[in-house]
Formats: sequence, C-alpha cells, structure tokens
Amino acid sequence: MSSNSLTSAGASGRTGDKVFSGFALGAGALILLVLFSVATFLVVQAAPTFVANPSEVAGGEGFWKYILPLVLGTVIAAAIALLIATPVSVGVALFISHFAPRRLAQGFGYIIDLLAAIPSVVYGAWGVAFLAPAMAPGYQWLADNAGWFPLFAGPASATGKTILTAGIVLAVMVIPIVTSLSREIFLQTPKLHEEAALALGATRWEMIRMAVFPFGRPGVVSAIMLGLGRALGETMAVALVLSSGPLIASLIRSGNQTIAAEIALNFPEATGLSLSTLIAAGLVLFVITLAVNMLARWIVGRHKEFSGAN
Amino acid sequence: MKALSFGRSAAVAVIAAGALALSACGSDNATGTSPSAGGSAASSNLTGTLTGTGSSAQGAAIDAWKSGFTAANPKVNVQYSPDGSGAGRKAFLSGATQFAGSDAAMKPEEISQSKTLCGPDGAIDLPVYISPIAVTFKLSGVKELNLAPDTIAKMFRGQITTWNDPAIAADNPGVTLPATKITPVHRSDDSGTTQNFTDYLAKAAPSVWKDKGAQTWPSSLPGENAKGTSGVVKTVTATEGALAYADDSAVGGDLGVAKVKVGSSWVKLSADAAAKAVELSKPAAGRAANDLALDLNRTPTDPSAYPIVLVSYHVVCTTYKDQATADLVKGWEKYVLSDEGQKAAAGSAKSAPLSSSLAQKALAAVEAIKVKS
Amino acid sequence: MATATTTIARKRSALTRGQLPSYAPWAVVAAAVILAAAIMALVGFNALGWGVLSAVLFTIGLVTWSAAAEGSRKAKDKLATCLVVGSFLIAVLPLVSVVWIVLVNGLPGLVTPGFLGTSMNGISGLQDNTSVNTGSRVLGGIYHSLMGTLLITLWATVISVPIGLLTSVYLVEYGNDRALARAIRFFVDVMTGIPSIVAGLFAAALFAAISGPGTKTGFVAAVALSVLMIPVVVRSSEEMLKIVPNELREAAYALGVRKWRTILKVVIPTAISGIASGVTLAIARVIGETAPILVTAGFATKINMDVFSGWMSSLPTFIYTQILNPTSPANPGPSVQRAWAAALVLIIMVMLLNLGARLVARFFAPKTGR
Repeated sequence: MSSNSLTSAGASGRTGDKVFSGFALGAGALILLVLFSVATFLVVQAAPTFVANPSEVAGGEGFWKYILPLVLGTVIAAAIALLIATPVSVGVALFISHFAPRRLAQGFGYIIDLLAAIPSVVYGAWGVAFLAPAMAPGYQWLADNAGWFPLFAGPASATGKTILTAGIVLAVMVIPIVTSLSREIFLQTPKLHEEAALALGATRWEMIRMAVFPFGRPGVVSAIMLGLGRALGETMAVALVLSSGPLIASLIRSGNQTIAAEIALNFPEATGLSLSTLIAAGLVLFVITLAVNMLARWIVGRHKEFSGAN
Repeated sequence: MKALSFGRSAAVAVIAAGALALSACGSDNATGTSPSAGGSAASSNLTGTLTGTGSSAQGAAIDAWKSGFTAANPKVNVQYSPDGSGAGRKAFLSGATQFAGSDAAMKPEEISQSKTLCGPDGAIDLPVYISPIAVTFKLSGVKELNLAPDTIAKMFRGQITTWNDPAIAADNPGVTLPATKITPVHRSDDSGTTQNFTDYLAKAAPSVWKDKGAQTWPSSLPGENAKGTSGVVKTVTATEGALAYADDSAVGGDLGVAKVKVGSSWVKLSADAAAKAVELSKPAAGRAANDLALDLNRTPTDPSAYPIVLVSYHVVCTTYKDQATADLVKGWEKYVLSDEGQKAAAGSAKSAPLSSSLAQKALAAVEAIKVKS
Repeated sequence: MATATTTIARKRSALTRGQLPSYAPWAVVAAAVILAAAIMALVGFNALGWGVLSAVLFTIGLVTWSAAAEGSRKAKDKLATCLVVGSFLIAVLPLVSVVWIVLVNGLPGLVTPGFLGTSMNGISGLQDNTSVNTGSRVLGGIYHSLMGTLLITLWATVISVPIGLLTSVYLVEYGNDRALARAIRFFVDVMTGIPSIVAGLFAAALFAAISGPGTKTGFVAAVALSVLMIPVVVRSSEEMLKIVPNELREAAYALGVRKWRTILKVVIPTAISGIASGVTLAIARVIGETAPILVTAGFATKINMDVFSGWMSSLPTFIYTQILNPTSPANPGPSVQRAWAAALVLIIMVMLLNLGARLVARFFAPKTGR
C-alpha cells in the first residue's frame, strides 16, 4: 500500500467523507426500515387472531392458551441446544486458536466453517435416521434409572424422537456458527497481552482466562446470540426430528413442540384464521428473540471496556 | 499493488469463465429422448405457462401428467409447487395461479370468494386423483390382519394397547399375535390424509371415535408422529409394533396392510376397490352444477369397495380472462382426466383410476370452461 | 503460540523441580484405557462407552497426579487442556457422522452420469420405477437447482454485503454510542430472530404488492434471503471491525488521511479476513434455506436462468421435495439418492466458496507481523 494513495486528500476528500458516511448511515436506516416493514407485516397479518372469538382459534381456548406451550417448548429446545453448544463451541474455538498445532488448526477451522453450510434438511434427516434410534436405548435407561426425576420421567419414547434429541440436533447445527465466530475473535487477542501474561509466569489456562476471555467476551456473546437465533428459528430440522405433542416436563418422552416447527408443519394447509394464528406465533417468536437480545446486550454492555475501538 | 490487482482481475476472469462454462453445459432433456419424437407435437397449438400450487399428495401424479402433457404440447410450460392444499387454494383465489391441487373441496366461503375472480359461476372442484389410504403396521411375521373400524379406532386412541388383544385376535383366527406394545404413529403436519382417515373413523366407528374428521390429528391422543407420508412410513418401518395410516403408494417393504371390515366382509386394499368406493359416493350437497365435489361414502356395504380413500381435486375457474389461458387449462384438465392421463398417474404414483362415469362428468365440466365475456 | 510455551517449559524443567515427567501423559493414557476396558468388561462392552470412560479416567488421573506433583495451578491448566480437547472431540463426533452419512449416501448419485448436467424436466415416477425394476441408471439431475441456488445466492449476496458492511462501518466508525447506532445494533439482533419462513412470506407479500399477486421469481427469493443474511453480515463484520486496533486508525489520522480513506484502506483491509469469513458464514446460513425459497421462487423442474421472471428451483428445495414427496412414492430410492447427492453438491459448493473467501482474504489483507 503506497502512502501517496492515502494522503491524496483535499476538497475531494471532504466530499468523500460526507458521501461515505451518508452511505453508511443510509444502509443502517434501510435495515431499520426493512425490520419495521417486517414487523408491520407480521402485526397486520396476525391481527385477526387477537380479535377473534377464542373458541375459533386453534385449540379452542384462545391464542394465549395455544401459544404458551409452544413458547415453553421453543425455550426448552433452544436452552438444551445452547447448554450443549456454548461450552463445546468455546472449547473448540480455543482448541483451534490456542491449543492445536498451527497447521492442523487451519484445517479444523475450515471443516467447522463448512459444517455451518449443511442445509437443515440434512441435519433433520440425520437426526431421524441416525441420532434418534441411537438415543432411544439411552432414554430407556434414563427412564428406568432416573425416572423419579421429572425431566427423565418415563415411559421413554420408543423412536427416540424427543425434545432432547431435537435439542441435540440444534446444538450440532449451532456449534459451527458459534465456533467459527469465536475462533476469529480469539485469534484477534492482542499478542502483547498474551505474551505479557505468559512472561509473568501464567500457565496457558491462566493466560486464556486473563487475556483471551476478557477480550473476547462481547464477541463470544454475539456469536452465541447468532447461534441462538438459529436455534430459536430453526424449522425443518425440528419438524423432522421431533415427535410433537402437548407440553410435558419429561425430555425423553415424545411431546412438546417449537413455534418454528409448528409454523412449518401447519402452514401449507392453513387458511384464513389459522393462517393468521400461525403468523401471530411467528410474531411471538420475534418478541422472544427481542427479549433474549436485550438480555445479551445488557451482559455485553457491562464489559465494554475491552473493545478495541472505544 | 500491481500483483494485487492482477490477482483480483485474474480471480474475476476465472469466476466469469467458470460461470460461462457452467451455464453452457446444462440440458433440460433428462430422459434422453429426442424432442421431435412425439407425433402429435406438430398438431398442438397450445402455448404459454400454466401455473398451479397445492396438494403434495398429488405431487408425483402431477410430475407424470406434466411430462405427458408437455410431450404432446412442447410449447407449453407447466409448473406446479407442492406447497400444500390450503396454500394452493389461497394462491388460486388470489389470482396467482390458474389451478390449485387440493385434497379437500373448496369451503363455502371460498366458493363465494372465487366469484370475484372467476365470474358469477365461481370456481369448481374436479376430482382427478384417488389414493387409497392403507392402515399399515410393522409386526414381524404378520403381513395381513383383519381389522374392524372399532378396533382400528380403539388402537389409535390407546384403548387397545397390545397386539394380542382379544378384540384383534377374535377377528384373526389362526394368526399368532405377539404381546408387543402398539405404538400408533400419525402425521405431525396438517394433511388431507389425516382429514380423510379421521373422517372415516368418525363415520365408521362413531361409538369410539368421538372427534370430527379434521386435518389435524387430535393432540390429546397418545402416540408418536412424523412429518409427511414418507416420514410416517420411515418411522413405522423402524419401530416394531407400530401402527399408522399412510397413502398406499408409499407403503411397501415388510410392512403389513390391514383388511378393513366393510358390511360383513373383509376388504383388501386395491385400486379397483378404492375406485369403487368413490363411485358409490354421492355428490356433495349445495354445489354448483359443474362442481364435482364428493361426499365420500365411508360406510358402504358393497364388499368390493374399500372406504378409506382420499380424493384430491383440481380447483379451476368456470371462466378465465383470456382465450389462451382458458384453452391451456382445458387442454391440461382434459389430458389429466383422460384414460392416458389417469394411467400415467397410476403407473407413476400408484393412484386408483377414476371410474369412467365420473371422468365423463368431469370432462363435461371442463368443456364448459369459457372466456369471460 | 503453543510451541512457545512448551519450549519455555522445557528450559525450565532443568532448573526447577516439581514437573511431571515427559512420559506422564502416555502412562496415564495406557492406565486409563486398560482400566476403562476392565470396567466395561464388567458392565457390558461397547466401543463408545469405552472411549468416553477412558477419556474421563485419563483426565482424572492426569489432573490428580499433576495436582500432587506440580500444585494446583498446573493441575488447573491440565484440566482446562483436557476439557478443551475433549470438547473438540465431542463436537467432531456428530459432525463427522453427518458428513460421513452425506458422503456415503450422496456419492452414488453424484457419480451417475448426467446428474450434474441435466434437469428434472420430464422425469416422473415412470422413469424411477423403471430404473428400480430394471436396475438401469437413475435419470434426472440437479442442473436447474444448481443454477437456481447459484443465481439466487449471488443476488442475495450482492444485495446484503454492501448494506451489511456499510451498516457495520456506520456502527463502529460513525455511530459509536449514539441513539441511532444503539437502535440499529439492537434491531439487527432482533432481525437474526426472524423465522426464515416469515422472511419468505414478507418478501412474497412485498412483491405481490409491487408487481401483482403470485410474483414468484429468483429475485424475490434473493430479497427474502437478504433479510436473513444482512443481520449475520452486520453482526460478524461489526465484531471484526471493532477489534481493529485503534492505534492503526490513529496512525492514519496522524498522517492526515481522511476518515473514509482510513476506513477503506486501513480498517477494512485489516479486518478483511474476518469479514470474508463472516460473509461466507452468512452465505452458508442462507444457502441451505428451504422454506423461504418455496414461497418466493416456487418449484421448477426446468432450467430457468432468468432471476427476474419465472419460477426457479434451488438445491435445498430440491432436496426437501425429493425427500418428502418422492417422484415415485412407491419407489423412493432414486429420489432419496438424488436428494443426498444434491446435499453433497451443496456442501462441496460451500467448500469452494470458503476456499474463495480465504483467497480473497489473502489477496486483500495487509501483511501482518505474525
């Protein structure tokens, strides 16, 4: 990069500044506009549900009675997915960025990126064909030995197509996303910080805890939020894997349902009020994401001082 | 800097060349037949694009009709998207498509809605596709069972829980039934198959099945579920002791299929028996003259009729905006209803053929399609 | 990085006591494997249980020994190492299993002649039944879907990358903590939560309002995918721009460089590797979407190269319909084979894309000291 290309300033530079910042601002505003129109679209389409006679809405007891189990089911599935995916992804990202030999690390990173692209239909097909049958004996064992615990109450599903299996499939889908971003963040930790920590006699783990984690935390939270977005909104994989049913506490029986899968399963045959009910369900999903993101923003906000650009 | 921009332009060149190479090598001629082979091709003067959406049950049949119809009319492009019956009717009513494939006839409010699009006579339902629904099960060593409607209903409701239940054994003398647990499997998505099966149970076993026929399986019942016919069949195949209902075309392999009690005899599922049950059905009440929606007879007494069938319709307008569209729709539906079309669907999708009397009525309705004056 | 620590450790071992001997890990591995085998022999042997148990025993053994010989700090380090490597193995298992299943099921279809070069035009259950009954090759291919996916994704990328990148530039370089920037940041997060089907319905409704009901084209699908893609691009590029050291910006300003030139020539090139990886991830996120494409681009069996008119097929919709509505319900074999092969093609496409992104990153990135 030659220095004269950088310093050819002047009047054109000033307009350049204005135009460029204008474009940047415009792009941001456009996003707000798009989101606003999506929200309007959702509200308009969903409106009939909220004013309809409760007995006509799916389930016959009004929209809120209908949506509540779905909300809980969505939260359960996403929670299982994140509980599994977060530690594993951070571990894998650390492994690639700080533990694995450099040559291998690049290859691993490449493979993980690749896995983010496998279409959800394939994960769903894998879950049904491979994971669910493999989990079924495990569920049987849990029901026999830990059945007193409400989460593992029997009778276990014979096909293994339970909310736990769906959560695991979601976790497998989320891991590549979270790993890929976290890895990039960890790799950007200032070398000076790391070397300073090591020079003071820190072990590798202490170095990671004191230099890498504080630096990477906001980014990792962002990555997890992206993963959560996918886990909450995933349709096809859950629709294929989960044998849905009413809300139950047990993770190893067939039952529960997520909002996204409910929409995907019933959308093709929906007309009139049932269609607007499904769109209202989409709106609720939207609100859940909003709430979760507010929480995440709050967490990140407390650790702002580590950002490089402040 | 120079090396850099060279790299960039090289990359662009490579991508462009690759794109060109890719776009040049494709072919629409997947079957390897020469396009001029069809003798009737020259005589056809239909042109244009015919668009439909709807029933996924019809998907395989539409593929067959499409290839047959476009072979005879090479200037026509037919596109069909198996989005689902509800979505299909909705798209049709919004004017987005020229026909809809639907597993259920139009609802009354949809008929009145169709009058803004299709003129005063509205839209009509044409039965085009009959698919028998099999009551299927996975039980090693047992390929065929006699099941009465009440027994089937009780098994799906969880009131009969093992295969060696006396109710089943009584109808199947000489068959050794294991004590395996019954795992009922149903569709997780709303579907016309569920609608027709629950309708059958509600009418044939009213003392046990108190729910009405609906697209959605009653959620309070026990059992497993899976998405789509293929999902149900896969789940049943993988689960010993599973019981399910599924479109017959997808049922095969080592799954057993039940003989159903009709009147006082046991009827085996066959295309002819399904067609017979449709023939015995009455037209639905309160419909326009050319609307051929059927009120399916679930409780025939004729021992050659198999009553668990799904009839899928094409929804078309009675009047279209312009001559070209009207001709296109007429040509298409005539082919679909013809012997040739029904045979193509039977060969490809294992559907049951329409009886000739019903096909004649439908053809007459198609002939009556005209242009908006 | 890793080599630096070990060399330091090795030099020190000559001087200090309390270090585990270099054969320690191997000894613990051997002990753990044997012990696990013995325990498994008692409860009933299976390979997976054996592996897991060995790993657990190894971790316990090594950490305990290290705690006894080296003290708690070193032991914690060993524990963390074991956990990190363990999590990698846990992640790799299902992922490898997915890839393996796609490979095994997809290869036979992929090597069928004509699979890549033809469309599904004219293929019906008759052909599939014949190929199953006579054992002849499976007809029909994915060319139409391949082109559809390439074109739709290309357009989606063309729409969303500039918007996404500019937005993230605004957020990091201009907006800082202004209310608007905070709002954008927040709503971008919300956007990641739009269920994909809703994005599809929104795009379909938008174009139905603009150009009449039932407008289904590749471009509508590209817009739907952009709605899903933009937040991912913004989110990842924002993170990448944020970690560009402020020293670089300040150095450029000190040289009298305009802010926009600084952003274009210093900030973005520094972050380009991360941005490229984020964009790839965003493309990867949408390239496999099924539902929004079905409602926006329809489902074609013929080749259509025009994104602005006519229905288009894409690989995910192709896979979806082939699996759920086989061309021949009675013989789903050929359809399933085509579906898996199409999935394999999709993965290979993303692999090439990834490779491309890496090359881009290498071309554009400034030389770093590392």
